[in-house]
Amino acid sequence: MAPTVRSAWIQGLHSLAQHPGALGFLADLGAVDRLLTLQGDPSLFVVTAAGQLLVHVLGLALHNCGPPCGPPLDPQWPLLASSLLAQLEEALQPASTPQLLQALGVLTNAFTSCPAPWAPALWGRLRPAMTCLLEGQPLQAPHALGDLLLAVARSPEVVVDLGPWEMLALVLGRLEPSQGGQLALGVLQLPECPQALRAQAFGVLLQPLTCVLSTSTDAPGLQELPPSAVGGSASLDLLLASRSACVGLLCCALARLALLPPLPWRPSPWPQAFLLGAVVAVLRSCNGHVPISAAGGRLCAALVGCERVQRAALDLLGALAQDAGPPELVLEVCGVLLEHVDSPDSSPTVLKKAFQASLTWLPHADKKPHPCGLQVPAQLFLPELLQVLRKRLCSPSWEVRDSGLEFLTQAASLWAGQADFRQMLQASEVPPLARQLLRDPESYVRASAVIAVGQLSSGGLWAHPGDQQGSPLEGLLDMLDTDPDAFPRRAILQVLTAWLRDTHGPLAAHPEPLLARAFQAAGRDPDWEVRARGLELAREFLVQTLGRIGVPCPYVPTPLLDTPPADTQALHPACRTRLFEFVFPALFDYDRPVARAACELLLLLRAQTTTCATPPQAGDTPDPATVEAALHCWRTGEAGRPLGELVPQAVLAVLQALDLDDLRGTLADGSDHAEKSPLSLLQDMLAAAGAQGHNQVDCY
Amino acid sequence: MKLYCLSGHPTLPCNVLKFKSTTIMLDCGLDMTSTLNFLPLPLVQSPRLSNLPGWSLKDGSAFLDKELKECSGHVFVDSVPEFCLPETELIDLSTVDVILISNYHCMMALPYITEHTGFTGTVYATEPTVQIGRLLMEELVNFIERVPKAQSASLWKNKDIQRLLPSPLKDAVEVSTWRRCYSMQEVNSALSKIQLVGYSQKIELFGAVQVTPLSSGYALGSSNWIIQSHYEKVSYVSGSSLLTTHPQPMDQASLKNSDVLLLTGLTQIPTANPDGMVGEFCSNLALTVRNGGNVLVPCYPSGVIYDLLECLYQYIDSAGLSNIPFYFISPVANSSLEFSQIFAEWLCHNKQSKVYLPEPPFPHAELIQTNKLKHYPSIHGDFSNDFKQPCVVFTGHPSLRFGDVVHFMELWGKSSLNTVIFTEPDFSYLEALAPYQPLAMKCIYCPIDTRLNFIQVSKLLKEVQPLHVVCPEQYTQPPPTQSHRMDLMVDCQPPAMSYRRAEVLALPFKRRYEKIEIMPELADSLVPMEIKPGISLATVSAVLHTKDNKHILQPPPRPVQPTSGKKRKQRATDDIPDCKVLKPLLSGSIPVEQFVQTLEKHGFSDIKVEDTAKGHIVLLQEAETLIQIEEDSTHIICDNDEMLRVRLRDLVLKFLQKF
Repeated sequence: MAPTVRSAWIQGLHSLAQHPGALGFLADLGAVDRLLTLQGDPSLFVVTAAGQLLVHVLGLALHNCGPPCGPPLDPQWPLLASSLLAQLEEALQPASTPQLLQALGVLTNAFTSCPAPWAPALWGRLRPAMTCLLEGQPLQAPHALGDLLLAVARSPEVVVDLGPWEMLALVLGRLEPSQGGQLALGVLQLPECPQALRAQAFGVLLQPLTCVLSTSTDAPGLQELPPSAVGGSASLDLLLASRSACVGLLCCALARLALLPPLPWRPSPWPQAFLLGAVVAVLRSCNGHVPISAAGGRLCAALVGCERVQRAALDLLGALAQDAGPPELVLEVCGVLLEHVDSPDSSPTVLKKAFQASLTWLPHADKKPHPCGLQVPAQLFLPELLQVLRKRLCSPSWEVRDSGLEFLTQAASLWAGQADFRQMLQASEVPPLARQLLRDPESYVRASAVIAVGQLSSGGLWAHPGDQQGSPLEGLLDMLDTDPDAFPRRAILQVLTAWLRDTHGPLAAHPEPLLARAFQAAGRDPDWEVRARGLELAREFLVQTLGRIGVPCPYVPTPLLDTPPADTQALHPACRTRLFEFVFPALFDYDRPVARAACELLLLLRAQTTTCATPPQAGDTPDPATVEAALHCWRTGEAGRPLGELVPQAVLAVLQALDLDDLRGTLADGSDHAEKSPLSLLQDMLAAAGAQGHNQVDCY
Repeated sequence: MKLYCLSGHPTLPCNVLKFKSTTIMLDCGLDMTSTLNFLPLPLVQSPRLSNLPGWSLKDGSAFLDKELKECSGHVFVDSVPEFCLPETELIDLSTVDVILISNYHCMMALPYITEHTGFTGTVYATEPTVQIGRLLMEELVNFIERVPKAQSASLWKNKDIQRLLPSPLKDAVEVSTWRRCYSMQEVNSALSKIQLVGYSQKIELFGAVQVTPLSSGYALGSSNWIIQSHYEKVSYVSGSSLLTTHPQPMDQASLKNSDVLLLTGLTQIPTANPDGMVGEFCSNLALTVRNGGNVLVPCYPSGVIYDLLECLYQYIDSAGLSNIPFYFISPVANSSLEFSQIFAEWLCHNKQSKVYLPEPPFPHAELIQTNKLKHYPSIHGDFSNDFKQPCVVFTGHPSLRFGDVVHFMELWGKSSLNTVIFTEPDFSYLEALAPYQPLAMKCIYCPIDTRLNFIQVSKLLKEVQPLHVVCPEQYTQPPPTQSHRMDLMVDCQPPAMSYRRAEVLALPFKRRYEKIEIMPELADSLVPMEIKPGISLATVSAVLHTKDNKHILQPPPRPVQPTSGKKRKQRATDDIPDCKVLKPLLSGSIPVEQFVQTLEKHGFSDIKVEDTAKGHIVLLQEAETLIQIEEDSTHIICDNDEMLRVRLRDLVLKFLQKF
């Protein structure tokens, strides 16, 4: 039997086992035994599905019988759960490796899904087998064992017991430094954990970096480390054993450490100086600058030019920016970041990471001074960074230009309010260069340039004293009409929406003619995302002209229904921009997201206008036949405007003629809803029966 | 096999290999870094350069002030620039049979060798190498001859005086051998000695060795060479590249199974990635031009400039530089641009396939057509009429000591808007700029060297697995400025043998076999005897006939019966080799125990066996006889008893095979 059939059989059983009553049926049929056998299936999909079903069956059995009865650690187990657990316990024998791995996997998942009151009992039952397993030499399936112990440790009902902590410490101690990283990270991610175990786990993660720093003549912050982090020459030899081992181990350690700084329960004291020193040393080694020692030379030979390590180290450096550090180290960090941003050998991906890390190390406008009272020397760093950015925006590699523009956008959004930044940026040639990139041959770069230019304009950073080119708005609208690629056009509509939201932005004065152009261009755009973004723009415009429709901010105290209904007069600006000529046809767009967005927009508008205080005056309202004709035109995409130019009354008439609620329901259906419906199944069955010529149903 | 190392410059090699009976010169590169010690030759009278103060010794004596001038703390020789030649004393260069050229940069010393050493051999090179090499030489001669300088400085070369000079003049080596540039006549004469070859063409040298050029991927027509006999193979790898640039890709497979691999011409800037440098070049060029500044690119008229123009072709529109003129100024600019388009068979596959479309393989044709790139032989003439700023100028010479570049340095050096971008790695840019200091213009160093780096060498050596690697000493240790970078040296097992200038290396490799042909009738007469399964031997009596390094075994002439006359008899004995009746050859070993048993069977008693370091001694005490059995000899030592000796000999021979 093919694995797909076995997999489908398990899926079928899974569907069946949704009701407690099915458990007895499954047990009687021997399905649980079969599922246990399938744990040894050659197909990974089958093994996973069988494991999931076993977990589900166990959870359901426990859930079904309510809270445990009898002594807390030795309650009366439901029969099915008991027999299942007995078989799993049997597999927890050190000798049976494949079954052991699968049993550990099932039990790990069982702990996350079993009813909370049963968790201590489950742990109490498994504990002897686990103890026995941990005594085995060598340690069997250490990673799966660690995962199970972590799952146990995550159950709040169990952690009162010291058992899992002791076992975790034991496993961590028995693993090689190169193997224990994932378990150590799991331990450190636990919100509650004994301090000693936390220190042990942190030591495991820090050890590769300790080795790196030990090759340097200057090793800051070593005294801050837990003793377990300080490895001997043996660990260094292990690290330097081969290039691939060294790179792999360092990448993993750096990536895991980067996850720790945001955790509220991160290890304390946090060895910020050590980590900064180590990351700087790693990055320097990757660039070929080596500390004067033989081991440093070997490390450099292994790491020089290694992009993977560079990327991981830059990520960690970015994550470390939430704290400061000794001023000399901060200077070194800025230096090494600048080196990476400037180096011609930095690959585009490394450059992007270096830009991102630089952003985090530059002072935020609203950031308080660092606790130690030291500011990142932005006055030195930023001008140099802008000089390099200037060069990077001229790079022949489009990825580099793109990363440069992204950095510019983010920097402008973060520090537009800072006078120093404004001055430095305007003194550099960066803004005109960004504008020039609106004509870049690469569409991604043009899109990023659009966003950057939009950000510079809304931040008021555009007004360069010597800039004769004026506002880029006209240029963007021309691009919306003419750009052959969709990415820049999408970006333009995104920028227009942002500008419209900003009351002081470039669109603040006389937006209507410009928006009319934008809606017209969006309406005929072949790309559905451009049309969808056009609808976002339309919605934003309606929000502004009709007052607050929809709930743009969930924390606004006044409920929507209390706002006064819109006057038909309020629809005039929207009509002047020909917004409805764009929105109504979009309702029938072949691309469902567009149609849904248009539908939602009109539903909100209808909610605002149906309770309209001023009833439409007779004679202004178009007759239903004309409205129907207009709807037909929009539905079929035919040319023709039976309603002429849409005036507020016509808009309201169309709104009333449309069954928007029904349309919303239809649009909410998945594209495969027809195939998945019972009707379709029945049709399939009948068709199959008809084709066979027999009056019997055999669907699968 | 010996290697005479005539040049210490790792990328401008000149070595002589003595292999079998041939003497082969491998490249003849010209070290032009010596010119950095000289003052630039300005095309237009430069008041600044002509008014530099003379240099005087510490004691105030000013006898050198005509020869040496001081500029911004550096001292320069005010004379026609001179070049440092390969060693000419280490080996008699008139004995060189052939010169193999690997690329056009490595043939610049050719006229000095072929015209002044008594060289009478042949030079082998590919056609693009010769044509572009000619252009480089022509440009060099033109640059120097068009600025005649009456003065020739020689006083400073006196060893006692040189000691007193400041660095780097004090440390300049072999200054007495430095020579002025050759003339065009010498160039033509040298080039006339070249025989053109194609990739994979096998060239027989006197029947002794065969040489074959292989594509090296570095420049148009650049080659590595295989030098092989029937049983030995030497690979000469010089200036190779694995990057995808315009030339045909490197042929690595043919380098396999070499006994010796001579490795030269690796990248001079191992820490700079050419792709990154091209990016730097374009970015800095665009930034300068956008600010209204001019860009000066000192370069050779061929090579990387083709790739740079191709990059700029793709880049200028996106960077908004379409209206900026690009000027290429060289006496050979036109020929270089045109030659590049006609060597289709020497180009990479992509460019070759363009030729069949038909399109020009290099896009600089289109740049010229659309007037974005203009080329001129010199700054004089048409150029001065067309010259518009801001602009980008490509011109030579990269040393900044002669050529049109000198004029642009003088013209643009004072403005910080302008930029000079160094792309050629042959000269230290700081030393090149020294006579122009103080300089306001920006200087960018983007050396683009596409030759193999150490990681690529390591992979190449693993791939081709030569028995021995020989390379310049600079490659066997990290660069002096980065002594910790163990990755910047050749790493192979066994460690590479290194050489330096004026050193003679005995290559670690002995010739063990020679191919000899046997005439069919002689072969027919052989009676092979199988001595081991699969191994048969036969004795041959023949005449070894050697001609043109080919050896043939011919049947010995039949002894001529003496007919008449003493004279004739005498002649016959002269011609015929001494064919005595040969004793049979023996093979096999004597098992001592069985031998002793045999002796006992034949009536010998009181036998004693002693083990020695080399074998055994069998002592027949009664007979007072000693049989010494060793691996390759057996001696019977008995006291004047010939009968006994013969008896014992026959017993020994029973254990051996005869044929």
